[in-house]
Amino acid sequence: MSAIEILDLEKTYMVGFWRKRPKRALQPLQLTVEEGEIFGFLGPNGAGKTTTLKILMGLVFPTAGTARILGRNWTDPEVKAQIGFLPEQPYFYDYLTAHELLDYYGQLSGIPAKDRKRRIDEVLSKVGLADVKGLQLRKFSKGMLQRVGIGQAILHDPKLVFFDEPMSGLDPLGRREVRDLMEQLKQAGKTVFFSTHILSDAEALCDRVAIIHKGELRGVGAVETLTSSVQGKVEVVWQGTQIPSSMKTLGAECHATGDTVRAVIQEGQQDAAIDLLRREHIRLIAITPLRTSLETYFVEKLQHSQTTAGKSA
Amino acid sequence: MSSRGKTTFLAAVGLVISMAASILLLHHIDEIQPRATIEDALYINSPKIVRRASLGFDGLMACIYWTRTVQYFGHRHFLREHSYNELAPLLEITTALDPHLIPAYQFGASFLAPRPPNGAGQPERAVELMRYGVQNNPDNWNLYYNLGFIYYTELKDYAKAGEAFAQGSKVPNAHPFMKILAARMAEHAEEYSTARILWTATYESSKDNEIRENAAEHLRSLKVDDDVTQLQAAVDRFARNSGRLPANLWEVVAAERLPGIPLDPDGNPYELSADGQVQVQDPDDFPFLTKGVPPDYKPGPPKFHIQH
Amino acid sequence: MSARIVHIASNTFREAVRDRVLYNLIAFAVLLSGAAILVGQISIEIERLVVVNLGLTAVSLFGIVIAIFIGIGLVSKEIDKRTLYTVLSRPVRRWEFIVGKFFGLAGTLVVNTFFMAIGVFAALFYVAHKFSASDATILVALYFIVLEFLIICSLALLFSSFSSPLLSAVFAFCLFVIGSFANDLRGFAMLAHGFTRWIATAAAYLVPNFSAFNIISAVAHQQPVSAQLILQNTLYAVFYTAMVLSGAVLVFEHRNLK
Repeated sequence: MSAIEILDLEKTYMVGFWRKRPKRALQPLQLTVEEGEIFGFLGPNGAGKTTTLKILMGLVFPTAGTARILGRNWTDPEVKAQIGFLPEQPYFYDYLTAHELLDYYGQLSGIPAKDRKRRIDEVLSKVGLADVKGLQLRKFSKGMLQRVGIGQAILHDPKLVFFDEPMSGLDPLGRREVRDLMEQLKQAGKTVFFSTHILSDAEALCDRVAIIHKGELRGVGAVETLTSSVQGKVEVVWQGTQIPSSMKTLGAECHATGDTVRAVIQEGQQDAAIDLLRREHIRLIAITPLRTSLETYFVEKLQHSQTTAGKSA
Repeated sequence: MSSRGKTTFLAAVGLVISMAASILLLHHIDEIQPRATIEDALYINSPKIVRRASLGFDGLMACIYWTRTVQYFGHRHFLREHSYNELAPLLEITTALDPHLIPAYQFGASFLAPRPPNGAGQPERAVELMRYGVQNNPDNWNLYYNLGFIYYTELKDYAKAGEAFAQGSKVPNAHPFMKILAARMAEHAEEYSTARILWTATYESSKDNEIRENAAEHLRSLKVDDDVTQLQAAVDRFARNSGRLPANLWEVVAAERLPGIPLDPDGNPYELSADGQVQVQDPDDFPFLTKGVPPDYKPGPPKFHIQH
Repeated sequence: MSARIVHIASNTFREAVRDRVLYNLIAFAVLLSGAAILVGQISIEIERLVVVNLGLTAVSLFGIVIAIFIGIGLVSKEIDKRTLYTVLSRPVRRWEFIVGKFFGLAGTLVVNTFFMAIGVFAALFYVAHKFSASDATILVALYFIVLEFLIICSLALLFSSFSSPLLSAVFAFCLFVIGSFANDLRGFAMLAHGFTRWIATAAAYLVPNFSAFNIISAVAHQQPVSAQLILQNTLYAVFYTAMVLSGAVLVFEHRNLK
């Protein structure tokens, strides 16, 4: 059973005051997320990430399409007992303390009273808020609110958690902590679905990603695959400023910077390059397979779609 | 059915059922307590207090009280009630809130002064109301007319009636009949034609349906009174001349060479009782009759001829 | 299900209290005791009248203001501040949310009225030096005022579920005023003709009818209250509130939450 199955989910808004025109926020979306993986939902701002999440949470109603969450219809209220949600830049009842808030949410999630207190304390220490549990939320900083948000999302030990921009507003230490927490969730067998526009986070954490832009899915795949040496190039760095002419014959692009030269050659030319350098008595510093970054893949997918969008629009 | 669909359905059903129940309840309350508002509205009997409580929205409150007054009277009148205790306070509050609400004064003249069941039987209060109206609306000749009207019809005070008509006739744009009426008061002129002028004046100068209807009824009854007087005189002449009562009205018609038996305003011919009294066929149709009514007559439920 | 409604209701109550709504009781206490003392000194046989009239009118007005001011934000504030998202991501049905909010606000008003009632009776005792049996009707008047509150709360909640706070306040206030003159509206309707009459009559039956709920003057004059009126008003309040809440549930169930 997949954790999430999205089938042709679509959302069109009518915008304008008098004569409403349709605005497509989400083109028919097909997506599957497997259990136990960390899935990244990437895209620039306004791409449709939050819309998708809101539809899955039942906050917004799709114009067409369905989704299944943990095997059930996404509108089934019982699904909610198994999922947790952290909205973007969350805000909570500021007249409550962290403890009271989690207690309230625990009640609504149906956690029995005897388990609640224990669970709340566990969660609060997990997100690093154990010593402020009596402080009213109106006094919390943005980072602290983000932690509370994570806390309420995992309070009832759900199988699947949805995070919308979980790193936003956090300092590097906070981001590290959130990353660790997400890893922990995965270790515990949970599924994590999170949206972000920060690619380095996604690259570090995710098993698989999907890229969405202007409401359309541009690409899906495992991070490993997407960032593997797609280009099949190798980087060779050597000492000195000398560039042997035969390097160029190998089809290398060479740049001299300071007292080293960096050349990019095809994977197959690797051995030839090393021999060449040795013959010229040039000192080899490093040979590294070039990996495509997720960023490159991302930008490529966006541009590609823009041209096709230009044709089809 | 999806959870959302189920909730929608149940909520819609709930809405319809509770709406129906609320409306039915209100309807039920209407049946058994129709004038609840009036009675408890008048716990505040004093116009001054009502005025203060209106928080400056006097005009609107005046309209509301005026509507209540009309309904109050109409409802009780229809049931031929004999007491209209709240009518005077209602009118006083209405005019205190808006002294320029002319229809209220006219209503008072028509229905506060006459005796029950046609009115509240409080001509003195009606006079006070008119004087208050005149004071606040000195350019309105109609109010003087109403004042004179009350003095004449209910209080039989011809002197004061004449005064009122005379004062009213001096107001610019006063109707010409004001001078005529003033003169007639002074002469103690013949009752029927004066009354006819008065009621015709009321009918023509008012826009209120109830007042006009009332005036029309008076005019009809006056016609009958007049007809009966004339016909009775003819019957008596016949009796004197022939030494016996006429067997029926045809004999009178023949003796007086009339075109036919006179018809009442309903179109029914007048009748002759066994002891030689002229009577109208259906007294219920003429609420204000003073003549032509059988001695043992008891008024039935009111029948009006102008539809609401 | 009912547990979640209770939790939402008690959280709503807690919010109102922490929002310092109960401080209105201080203003009320000052007003009423000032009046009682003043009137107690004048002593012209109307002390009881003044205390009962003023006290009950103040209970009514304070409560209506609270009902409207808190009611209009019940849903719209949660949507604006997005506190609603994390609530609805839990096994909470949207209709439970509406019903829970309603009971929370109603509960706040009942508690508030309870404290005010104590104040009224205290002031009454101060000026009259004793209680008589007819004072029990004051409790009935208070009960009717609470029924009025229920209706106003449900209306404010309905407007809150689709409209901005300012508009909701205007609508709710308008309906309160019109509702107080509902019988007159019916009177106007009866005098109209044709299509206007139909519309006016429909409006007169659909607006909340508060005429029968205001027995403050009668109670001040120590008039008895019929059991039938109590039953009628209770039933009407229950059905009318149910109608409005159904409407709110329907609206909210289909609303896309920005």
